[in-house]
Amino acid sequence: MRDFTYARAASVEDARRLAQQSGAMLLAGGTTLLDLAKCGVARPDHVVDITHLKGLDAIEVTREGAHLGALAKMSHVADDKAIRAEFPAVSEALWQAASAQLRNMATIGGNLMQRTRCAYFRDPNSFAACNKRQPGSGCAARGGITRNHAVLGTSSSCIATNPGDLAVALVAFDAIVHLGDRKVPVDDFFLLPGATPDREQAIEPGEVITAVSIPASAAARRSTYLKVRDRQSYEFAAASAAVGLDLEADGRTIRDIRVALGGVATKPWRAHAVEKALKGKTLEPETVMRASLLAMEGAIAQGDNHYKIDLAPRVIARAILKVGGLA
Amino acid sequence: MSKPLKIKLHVNGVARELVIEPRVTLLDALREHLNLTGSKKGCDQGQCGACTVHVDGERVLACLTLAAQVEGREITTVEGLTPDGAELHPVQAAFLKHDAFQCGYCTPGQIMSAVACIREGHASSDAEIREYMSGNLCRCGAYPHIVAAVREAREALS
Ligand SMILES: Cc1cc2nc3c(=O)[nH]c(=O)nc-3n(C[C@H](O)[C@H](O)[C@H](O)COP(=O)(O)OP(=O)(O)OC[C@H]3O[C@@H](n4cnc5c(N)ncnc54)[C@H](O)[C@@H]3O)c2cc1C
Ligand code: SF4
Ligand code: FES
Ligand code: FES
Repeated sequence: MRDFTYARAASVEDARRLAQQSGAMLLAGGTTLLDLAKCGVARPDHVVDITHLKGLDAIEVTREGAHLGALAKMSHVADDKAIRAEFPAVSEALWQAASAQLRNMATIGGNLMQRTRCAYFRDPNSFAACNKRQPGSGCAARGGITRNHAVLGTSSSCIATNPGDLAVALVAFDAIVHLGDRKVPVDDFFLLPGATPDREQAIEPGEVITAVSIPASAAARRSTYLKVRDRQSYEFAAASAAVGLDLEADGRTIRDIRVALGGVATKPWRAHAVEKALKGKTLEPETVMRASLLAMEGAIAQGDNHYKIDLAPRVIARAILKVGGLA
Repeated sequence: MSKPLKIKLHVNGVARELVIEPRVTLLDALREHLNLTGSKKGCDQGQCGACTVHVDGERVLACLTLAAQVEGREITTVEGLTPDGAELHPVQAAFLKHDAFQCGYCTPGQIMSAVACIREGHASSDAEIREYMSGNLCRCGAYPHIVAAVREAREALS
């Protein structure tokens, strides 16, 4: 790791001020920052430690919804009783991410700021071309090994997948990212790569994520996160789905449904087309499978990742049927 | 070079002062500055779990933690699992009994992880042990014996 200075923020205000210095980066759990600093991708001159700030690690669930402090640990949110009861998909997305040790370190705020696992992005010594790392330098992934790259939301400049699990559940249930007083819907917080893949989140230098809130809903209460991957544990998603379901009193007509996808797109991907096709319909396997295919409209395979176009709709369908009690 | 930091770390119940560069990780501080070489450096990149230690009683990776960051927190390494000269910790004893290692390089990390795993209540079945121990890789593939050792230690500790 390159040399850097270390400062401990005394307050959120102090953190904002320190983070405005050129070359400054906030340090929360450190599981992305120090990892990328060791890869030579993150090159901070100043590290601003926010882990000693008080009052930013709250986990609160009320009738209105959940409020997760930016410094709440992934493991603590995953194991929280009220989160497990009211937002099972959030708990499941968290405990299926990374490892027990990493989840004890990693924070909710840092989690939203994690970077892609594109192997070319992470290896600047071997691959000079990466528009995300170095705007305008090209994309080493194109024509390379693209098994883990995105099929949705790609641009000519970048095809990297957003690897996060939690964010998929947050997008499904309309969570809000709090940057102090500024509030951004999580779906707008994550940006498509377009011509500026270096910019992944709608956050400005000197801004600090203070909390994430998730409105309560019947669909969130009856939800699940299904993650399919190359290994059973401790692996990023090949394709994943956060699904929430609310049925009419008859127990089979779909009143509300939420579907979001992970592991297949350049940002956590809300599948509005699937939701629209299923609202008001009867919950049954044939209908669900047909509707799930709509999630892949506009998908573009990049060589090795064609399997994701087949896999993702099946993951969605299985998640819906599971949460509906049919699988 | 950035100004060295003077920090105080609480390791295994003892306060230790050290002067380090800001970029020094907890793992390097333990191994290179405090001569506590029980915590191992496998990948140095958060992937293998060999460097697992406890901070304020929770298992974390020392290679992705800055030493300066954990000033004032209670750090426990495998050397501090039992008081000096005491018998083996039940998890250590179970690892010996079940031959839960071959080369032994991953073992201190496995043991620190297992102690926490049991304490968290995430060792209730073999499937849960496998899930919650998945952050500790073993290149020798001692996994079935590791699961058996954790299962037995869970019983011993309950
Ligand atoms: C081996 C490995 C496996 C993993 N597997 C998974 C997985 O399966 N699924 C998954 O979802 N994730 C996975 N991760 C990623 C992990 O979840 C993230 O690294 C973690 O959530 C980041 O949180 P942190 O607190 O450690 O962030 P840090 O590393 O401290 O910070 C990350 C970035 O966010 C910025 N930042 C931190 N806090 C704030 C804040 N409050 N406001 C503004 N900016 C902030 C930092 O400046 C930095 O740029 C894995 C990571 C590793 C190393
Ligand atoms: S896919 Fe994106 S992150 Fe990967 S090399 Fe290309 S530009 Fe970089
Ligand atoms: S050395 Fe820390 S995880 Fe491998
Ligand atoms: S015993 Fe050799 S790596 Fe686990």
